Amino acid sequence: MSEKYHSRIYVTLRPSVLDPAGVAVESGLKQLGYPEVEEVRIGKYIEMRLTATDEANAKEKLHQMCDRLLANPVIENYCFELTKLS
Amino acid sequence: MKFGIIVFPGSNCDRDVALVTGGLLQQPTRMIWHQETDIGDVDVIILPGGFSYGDYLRCGAIARFSPIIKSVVEHAKAGKYLLGICNGFQVLTEVGLLPGSLIRNSGLHFICDRVPLKIETSDLLWTKSYSKGEIITLPIAHGEGRYYADSDTLKALEDEGQVAFRYCSSAGEISARANPNGSLNNIAGITNKTGNVLGMMPHPERASDPILGNTDGMRLFEALLNKLAGSVK
Repeated sequence: MSEKYHSRIYVTLRPSVLDPAGVAVESGLKQLGYPEVEEVRIGKYIEMRLTATDEANAKEKLHQMCDRLLANPVIENYCFELTKLS
Repeated sequence: MKFGIIVFPGSNCDRDVALVTGGLLQQPTRMIWHQETDIGDVDVIILPGGFSYGDYLRCGAIARFSPIIKSVVEHAKAGKYLLGICNGFQVLTEVGLLPGSLIRNSGLHFICDRVPLKIETSDLLWTKSYSKGEIITLPIAHGEGRYYADSDTLKALEDEGQVAFRYCSSAGEISARANPNGSLNNIAGITNKTGNVLGMMPHPERASDPILGNTDGMRLFEALLNKLAGSVK
């Protein structure tokens, strides 16, 4: 049996990596009148559909995809959400 | 000596390199499309600058899965010479042949400029024709050239003498002010542990032809030629 899943993958810069784009956006938000904003970090959002035998299989495949291509472990972390499609 | 220049979709400095190796140096030079896999005939592989696969996802991330890369890795593991310039350097870090990563310039801008560089060691094959501590000038042109590695990796690079070039002031001072892109330790180019793989963000091929007014980059190619002339049939 195979199931279809929808996945949302978030790739973010590791905390130790300076994010100049995040700093620029934070400064923009402050200039717009939001002084309460702190620590803006910009990442990537990837979504996909995939077919897997079950949820564990889908997660395993997603971890592989993230480790091998979607994120670079030297500079990035990732996490994902998985929803089974009916 | 035979040079091979790998061409990815989006490479744009491949012919500049060929003008140096095949033109100025009169060495056999082969353009190698990324779908090829047989590079056994080539002594030195060069991954040129450009925007392979449009820099999609991350610079060099997709090029890493090109069919040619397996052969490039074997070429490097066999101790043969491999040079990655600019995007080629980014590809080498993604492949894992060189440690660390190249990320967005700290000032966010794409930088196209000529910058002073300090030769950190002349013990490397690549820097033999320079002297240690010498200041040279090479062009840079990149948006993602900020060298980053975790502190352990950085320490290992420094301890092992793997840093080849550092951004500096015209007087040779290594400082934040003389760092165009925010690279850690002002790193502009590094080698692998065995020294046969070099990655650098500056473009030596753009400073080789005398009509361009600067030949500081030519000496890198000449050193390679002198070294290999004796050892290659």
